[in-house]
Amino acid sequence: MAHGGTKTAAFRAAAPLSLPIMAGFVFLGITCGMYSSSLGLPWWMSTLMSIAIFGGSAEFIVASMLPGAFDPLTTFVVILVVQARHLFYGLSMLEPFRGMGKKKPYLIYAMCDESFSINYSAHVPAGVDRGWFMVFVSLLNQSSWVVGCTLGGIFGSMIPLAVEGISFAMTALFVVIFLDQWLTEPSHASSITGLVASAAALALFGADGFLIPAMIAILAVVTALRPRLQPVYGARKEDEEA
Amino acid sequence: MTLVQQVVTVLIAGAATVLTRFLPFAAFRKGAPAYIRYLGSALPGAVFGLLVIYCLKDINVTAGAHGAPEALGILATAAVYLWRRDMLWAILAGTLSYMALVNLVF
Repeated sequence: MAHGGTKTAAFRAAAPLSLPIMAGFVFLGITCGMYSSSLGLPWWMSTLMSIAIFGGSAEFIVASMLPGAFDPLTTFVVILVVQARHLFYGLSMLEPFRGMGKKKPYLIYAMCDESFSINYSAHVPAGVDRGWFMVFVSLLNQSSWVVGCTLGGIFGSMIPLAVEGISFAMTALFVVIFLDQWLTEPSHASSITGLVASAAALALFGADGFLIPAMIAILAVVTALRPRLQPVYGARKEDEEA
Repeated sequence: MTLVQQVVTVLIAGAATVLTRFLPFAAFRKGAPAYIRYLGSALPGAVFGLLVIYCLKDINVTAGAHGAPEALGILATAAVYLWRRDMLWAILAGTLSYMALVNLVF
């Protein structure tokens, strides 16, 4: 098959799967951009984040940190913890990404939750190049996110009156993610630990310094509970793989 | 933060993200240790709980509206999510109710 034909076929296979994600990304990107502008950040800051970070939760958190004091260590550790789930996407994609050559660095860099889900689970039609298929899925998803964040950044800096309270979009996002996790998890021990340990750390260390103590407390409790929790979470993992 | 410090902060967050995406391909080619795999399945709930608390960190429950708009906004978000099971509708409904509350009621 000709080189151009390979890419066209891969694009045609990728686009329908990416479309629902793209709609969501444009909407959430606009929200993220407006949130970021509402904090007084320049409109292009959300564009920069959508390219440099490309992860919704992390971008909301980083935006919320930018008006405060410069604290690179906290930023690094917090984002590392928030993004730690990617380690497990990577483990699942070791095989699928093998032999991808020059496409591999982009595929790994652009592996957000949604692109991972599609690339991991999609049955690529026969005759369609798997590498280009995955590149287009990632590229379509990321472009829609960058466009959404940029539009939101511009809207947000144009209509300052409308943004009183827009910051709640971040709270709503995390409430939904938490709830979704709550409804599917085999044990609520971890979720409850997260809420209780963080609230306790907030009460003890205050709003500016509680994140790292909270993460240490969570890690300690989850590690201490391992003998009891490992069978529960482990059993679920085997179910998913079966 | 100055503008330069903000850009540096964004790039540091980008580096942390890229690290989590690339590390398995560099370090765990033969699979991750059992403890790491356990954390992978057990930690997400706690991290999401932490993020919810992070969003609420600046509320003063002893003054102003005592966190009532936030509590009602969370209820609206959760109710719409449980009803529609749609993330975007829930975020939209929760944010709009919160905006209405802080601008019109409290």
